[in-house]
Amino acid sequence: MAAKKLGLKQRYALMTRGLDWETTYQPMDEVFPFDKFEGIKITDWSKWEDPFRLTMDNYWKFQAEKERKLYAVLDSFAQNNGQMGVSDAKYVNAIKLFLTGVSPLEYQAHRGFAHAGRHLRGVGPRVAAQMQSLDELRHVQTQVHTISQYNKYFDGFAEFRHMHDRVWYLSVPKSFFDDARSAGPFEYMVAIGFAFEYVLTNLLFVPFMSGAAYNGDMATVTFGFSAQSDESRHMTLGIEVIKFLLEQHPDNLPIVQKWVDKWFWRGHRVLGLVAMMMDYMLPKKVMSWKEAWEIYFTEAGGALFQDLERYGLRVPKYADVATAEAEHMSHQNWSIFYQYTHAAGFHTWLPSDEEMDWLSEKYPNTFDKYYRPRYEMWREMEKDGKRFYNNALPQLCTTCQIPMGYTEPGDPTTIAFRSSEYKGDRYHFCSDGCKDIFDNEPEKFSQSWLPVHQIFQGNCGGATVPDVLAWYNMNVGADNMDQAGSPDQKIWDAWKTKQEKVAG
Amino acid sequence: MVQIASITFQNTDEARPIIEAVKADNPGLRVMDMPGAVKLDRDDSIVIRRESVEERIGRDWDPQELHLVLVSMAGNVDEDDDTFTLSWSHA
Repeated sequence: MAAKKLGLKQRYALMTRGLDWETTYQPMDEVFPFDKFEGIKITDWSKWEDPFRLTMDNYWKFQAEKERKLYAVLDSFAQNNGQMGVSDAKYVNAIKLFLTGVSPLEYQAHRGFAHAGRHLRGVGPRVAAQMQSLDELRHVQTQVHTISQYNKYFDGFAEFRHMHDRVWYLSVPKSFFDDARSAGPFEYMVAIGFAFEYVLTNLLFVPFMSGAAYNGDMATVTFGFSAQSDESRHMTLGIEVIKFLLEQHPDNLPIVQKWVDKWFWRGHRVLGLVAMMMDYMLPKKVMSWKEAWEIYFTEAGGALFQDLERYGLRVPKYADVATAEAEHMSHQNWSIFYQYTHAAGFHTWLPSDEEMDWLSEKYPNTFDKYYRPRYEMWREMEKDGKRFYNNALPQLCTTCQIPMGYTEPGDPTTIAFRSSEYKGDRYHFCSDGCKDIFDNEPEKFSQSWLPVHQIFQGNCGGATVPDVLAWYNMNVGADNMDQAGSPDQKIWDAWKTKQEKVAG
Repeated sequence: MVQIASITFQNTDEARPIIEAVKADNPGLRVMDMPGAVKLDRDDSIVIRRESVEERIGRDWDPQELHLVLVSMAGNVDEDDDTFTLSWSHA
């Protein structure tokens, strides 16, 4: 008689427990040298619960199925010249920002989870971190494969890896992950697993990928949702990390709270790029950044932090400031890129009348009062042949590395400046959130690789803008500047003219 | 404040019977249609039953097949051979 099939819970227990051993040739503390210095106390690793109960055999089965589906779509996208079917040539710039700014983070996450998986001594989290590490590698590979189709026709993609390590605004996402990966394994898990994956990643993948679907980009929506199907597992890992740490020892609470505060704020700043993509770079818009923030932070985060109150964990510090900033962030970011279009690896433009009306409707408290007049002034300047370029290098926030263009909470006409002194030098910040992070770890953040400082120190190819752009491998006149008049726009217009002729 | 449990699926042929099963088994469910995805919200909890999905697709279905069509979710997960539950309550 065949043995009765095991239930899911039994199967999971058999496949994930008792896989490791107490080392004898070397003491355990030598084998796992990084899981104590952060001050986190673990009394019983076996208390780790993975609510998804996914075992490696099923993992491979499901991932293989996801890959088969994804590559069938990519093949068909390429075969059918899907790049010609997107809503507008401007849309492609959002994908440029994604490939240069986000995809390399997937690779960083792959390495980070491989490292955390190696250095956590409990087998449950090691299995989960191993799966996530493999997922993240899959994400970067599928993104590069998908977007390679756009690279055949459009500028701004070819040097994505080189640019990620050098270009001024790409240091914002890059330094975010460098910070997480150079922390201990528990901080990494809280930073990326919890604060980023659980609290914030929905804001990146759900509305933006829905936006890709709305703008006719079948390839991006497919890799996006394929990646996001792994994300649900990552989210449960993130929340499990928090519960596990807080249940293990009361001394863990203040350490975890500090990490949650820090990584919420860091993540909020990085996602400013996504805010701008949603409000300004998608020709057909799904929802505003502010609406997405209300659904995915105020509502979903509200339920989450209410749940975590029982451990004594509170809502991240400055969550109220972040919510207030949702009224301003996308507009202030797009304005920065418009001014520095000559140094950006994608094209910019001023919003059309129709787009400005949409922004007024979505931002009734702020857009018409603070941002519409600025765009209208810049439009007049363009008409007079005086398109505004900012030729000064901006002061950067030492923590988030974003140019200091954000305004005071409650006062949108005054730029926010904060500063701290450390070992005789003064460091500058865009916000209280960024200043607090520096003040907690000044020895780490005083070593930040800040693009503008590096240019002034002569480490970025030379003293002039053309020298620096050459060092970025920027194809000047093609990768940068306005959408109007770009080679991208030219090839798009030529396709559309031909299509119209055929249609008669 | 009421805590909202939520699950988002891809809007595909494979996910639609699951979405239908969730709608049938969860009174008071709210549906948000987005391009390419469907977000299902409900106060406190959402349950997905293997039997309800199997009735609709006419074959055996393993709740772990959810992994193929899931986009996002909110709530604490509890999964066994017959149900997949998202909930904020602590029994």
